[in-house]
Amino acid sequence: MVKKAIQIDEKDNVATTTGEVDIGEQVEVISPDGKVILRPEISEPIPFGHKLAIKPIKKGENIVKYGEVIGVATRPVKAGAWVNTHNVGSARMPTKGKEEEIL
Amino acid sequence: MGYRRPDGGVGVRNHLLVLAPIDCSYEPAKKIAAQVDGATAVTQYHGCGKDPVLVHNLVGTGLNPNVAAILVIGLGCEALTVDTVAEGIRPSGKPVETLIIQQEGGTLKTQEKAVRILQRWAQGVAQLKPEPFPLSQLTLAVECGGSDATSGLAANPAVGVACDKLIDEGGAVIFSEPQEMIGTQHILARRAVNKRVASDIYKLIDQDEERLKAIGVDSRWMSAGNIDGGLTTIEEKSLGAIRKGGTRPIQGVLQNNWDRFDRPDGPGLWLQDGTGLDVPSVTHMVAAGAQIVCFTSGQGSTTGHAIAPVIKITGNPLTYQQMEDNMDINAGTILGGSESLNSVGQRIYESIIDTANGKKTKAEALGYRDYIVFCRSRAAEHMLGHC
Repeated sequence: MVKKAIQIDEKDNVATTTGEVDIGEQVEVISPDGKVILRPEISEPIPFGHKLAIKPIKKGENIVKYGEVIGVATRPVKAGAWVNTHNVGSARMPTKGKEEEIL
Repeated sequence: MGYRRPDGGVGVRNHLLVLAPIDCSYEPAKKIAAQVDGATAVTQYHGCGKDPVLVHNLVGTGLNPNVAAILVIGLGCEALTVDTVAEGIRPSGKPVETLIIQQEGGTLKTQEKAVRILQRWAQGVAQLKPEPFPLSQLTLAVECGGSDATSGLAANPAVGVACDKLIDEGGAVIFSEPQEMIGTQHILARRAVNKRVASDIYKLIDQDEERLKAIGVDSRWMSAGNIDGGLTTIEEKSLGAIRKGGTRPIQGVLQNNWDRFDRPDGPGLWLQDGTGLDVPSVTHMVAAGAQIVCFTSGQGSTTGHAIAPVIKITGNPLTYQQMEDNMDINAGTILGGSESLNSVGQRIYESIIDTANGKKTKAEALGYRDYIVFCRSRAAEHMLGHC
């Protein structure tokens, strides 16, 4: 069976694997309404529940999941590449005082 | 379809509530409730002091439209009296009676009177006819417990889809568990309808961070297990939990403290002050008026509630297979690609409507009636400068 990766929000630039994916394995990225939006080339093993990029992401670009910014790319990421702490940092560890930016 | 109450609320169930304001009268209250069809007994375990948090939540349970009539049974010497609770519920216009065991002359005499009252109500309630009602009369509570990697991936986003649909139809949704929102203050505050609500969101979540800090827990810390499990940042971890409330703007923070106990005063998404403990969190949201609960669990859960149907959803297909007796909906179909997130969300939405129309959840059919009122230490809150 072809492995799946789920895009949770249509604004997301990453999808989450629903099983472990190996190099060269076929993966279908499924949108929230069930469409196959990408069949990326897998060039590294990706564990279950981890993220892969569904488009090329530049260094410094936001990583979007759940339609929100969950972090920033610390190096360029190719479509289909594994996304975790080795290439993403927290966009901001919000602390008290930063709320002025929003309020 | 639901039951119109004198105060305008609409219940999706017709519970007869036997309310023991303190645990001293809870054993007889349980025996009494067991004798009458449709009666359920509840209490709280924080002593007999007249603590406003306890009063708010007990009164709120009585005010919930799923309750048709309320019998309050006390021991007699408690500070948290039957009258305190009964007076809070009476403005609803629903039948409220009180009995005091020390005044009646023991539990058997109390029991005889209580059973007669409840028997009369049970006969009357059976004649109530459900009427069609708009979804603007419905408030849904969402909760998660026993989460696993599938929760943030399948069950929570699917429930979120159902919440968005319900809100778009004019309904209200309550979510809570501020502890799980740490690190996403800025994201939630951006979704607030105005600056005051944004500021309330910061305060709510910051206070939970302070509580954790006071006991030496750094809540921003991501464990190696989190990262190995695929969660990269604290934002991602928290968003997986928050997503069960959907994506609509946040109308307000519902205070749940010694000074205030708020209910949603309109449609949309509401964030309630509360606890990360499952049953107490659900109890508080139901006390704020939720008639139905959606509960997600990756590992599986048995929970129900004393007066509200609890629809349980798992994103883990194996859990559904192993705990089908307890889990109502399998959102694990998303993982294999046989169903989309949106179509599972639609299925959950339809299940909410079916439940409102009288379909029993698995926990209801098994008679599970969880109910716990949670109350923070007022002394500790005072020392933290929160009250």
